[in-house]
Amino acid sequence: MITAIKSISCAILLIAGALASAPSRAADYEAKLAIRDHKFDPAELNVPAGTKIKLLIENQDATPEEFESNELNREKVVVGKGTITVYLGPLDAGRYPFFGDFHQETAQGVLVAK
Amino acid sequence: MLGTGLLVFREVLEAALIVSIVCAATRGVPARGRWVGFGVLAGVLGAILVACFASVIAEAVSGIGQELFNATVLLAAVVMIAWHAIWMASHGKELATQMKAVGGAVQAGKQPLSALLVVVAIAVLREGSEVVLFLYGQAASGAGALPIAGGIALGVVGGVAVGFLLYFGLLGIPMRYFFSATNWLMLLLAAGLASQAAGFLIQADVLPAFGNRVWDSSALLSNGSLMGKTLHTLIGYDAQPAGMQLLFYAITASAIALGMKLWGGTSSRPNLSRPTA
Repeated sequence: MITAIKSISCAILLIAGALASAPSRAADYEAKLAIRDHKFDPAELNVPAGTKIKLLIENQDATPEEFESNELNREKVVVGKGTITVYLGPLDAGRYPFFGDFHQETAQGVLVAK
Repeated sequence: MLGTGLLVFREVLEAALIVSIVCAATRGVPARGRWVGFGVLAGVLGAILVACFASVIAEAVSGIGQELFNATVLLAAVVMIAWHAIWMASHGKELATQMKAVGGAVQAGKQPLSALLVVVAIAVLREGSEVVLFLYGQAASGAGALPIAGGIALGVVGGVAVGFLLYFGLLGIPMRYFFSATNWLMLLLAAGLASQAAGFLIQADVLPAFGNRVWDSSALLSNGSLMGKTLHTLIGYDAQPAGMQLLFYAITASAIALGMKLWGGTSSRPNLSRPTA
C-alpha cells in the first residue's frame, strides 16, 4: 500500500514537472468576451480565420460559469469576477457556437471566423 | 430543479461510467466495495477542495493552472489504469479459473486496488468539482434549498442508475472472456483519458495541436449529444479531434497493449495448462 502511494505520487510529480517546464505561449490575435447577467457580450464574436487566437473571457457576474464549446473542443471554468484565457485555432472560416454550461438557457454565443 | 438535475446528471453519469468499468474489472475481489467506496469518498472531498480553490488553481502558472491540473490528474489516472490492466493481463486467466472453481469468490485478491481507488477518486473529483461550483452559483443567486436538493437527488439517482445498467450489462459477458473484455475496456478508457489530457494541453497552448480537426464526424455523432458524451467518457470518442489527441490516444493504447502482451502472455500460460483441482 505504501509503495503504491509512493509510486503514485512519483508519477504525479513527474507529470507535473514535465508540464511545468512547457514552452512559452504565443498567439497572433487577441479577442475579448465578457459574461454579464449569465449572457455573453458580444453574443457574436468575429475573429480572423487561419490565425491563432488568444481569447480572454471576463466573468463580471459573482457566480462561476463554465465556458464550453463542442465545435471548438474547449471547456474551462471561470470563477465569479474572474478572467480566463483560452487558446484557439488557427480556425477554418465558419461559425463556432459556444455556451455557458452553468446557465445554458441564457449564456449562448457564437464565434465567427472570417 | 430540472435544469439543476440535468447538469448534475451529466456530470454524475461521466463519473459513474468510469466507476462501473472499474467495478466490473475488480469483479469477485474481496473488499472491492470498500476500496471503491473510499475512492468515491476521497473524490467527493477532493471535489469540494478543488472547487474552494478554483480561483487559486485558475490563476496559477500564468492562467493555465486549470488545464495543467486537469491534464495532470487525467494522466495520473492513465498511469494507474495502465498498471492495473497490465497486472490483470498476467493474472486475469488465473482469476477467471478460480472464479469458476469456487463460484465467484476469489481468494487471491492481490489486485492493485490502490491504483483503481485513485482512478475512481479522480473521476469523481473532476466531475464533482464542476457540480460543486455550479451548485454554489445556484445557491449564491438565490435558488431555494429545495429545488437544489431535488436537482441533486434527481441527477445522482439518474447517473448512478445508468452506471448500474452498464455494470450489470458487463456482468453478462461470459466468464471465459470477462477479464480480457474488461481489460480492453480499461485500455480504451485510458487512451480516451490521455486524449482528453492532450486536449487540455492544447487549450493551454502548452502543446501544438498538429491539426485542429483531423476529421469532423459531428454530423454523425456530436460531442454534445448524450451518446457522444457517453462514448467520449468510455472510449474517448471525439467528433473533432486534434492531431495531438490522436497521437496521445494511439501511444497510450499501444503502450498498454504492448505491456499486456509482454507481461501477460508468458505468466498466464502455465496456469492454464495446470489442471484445476
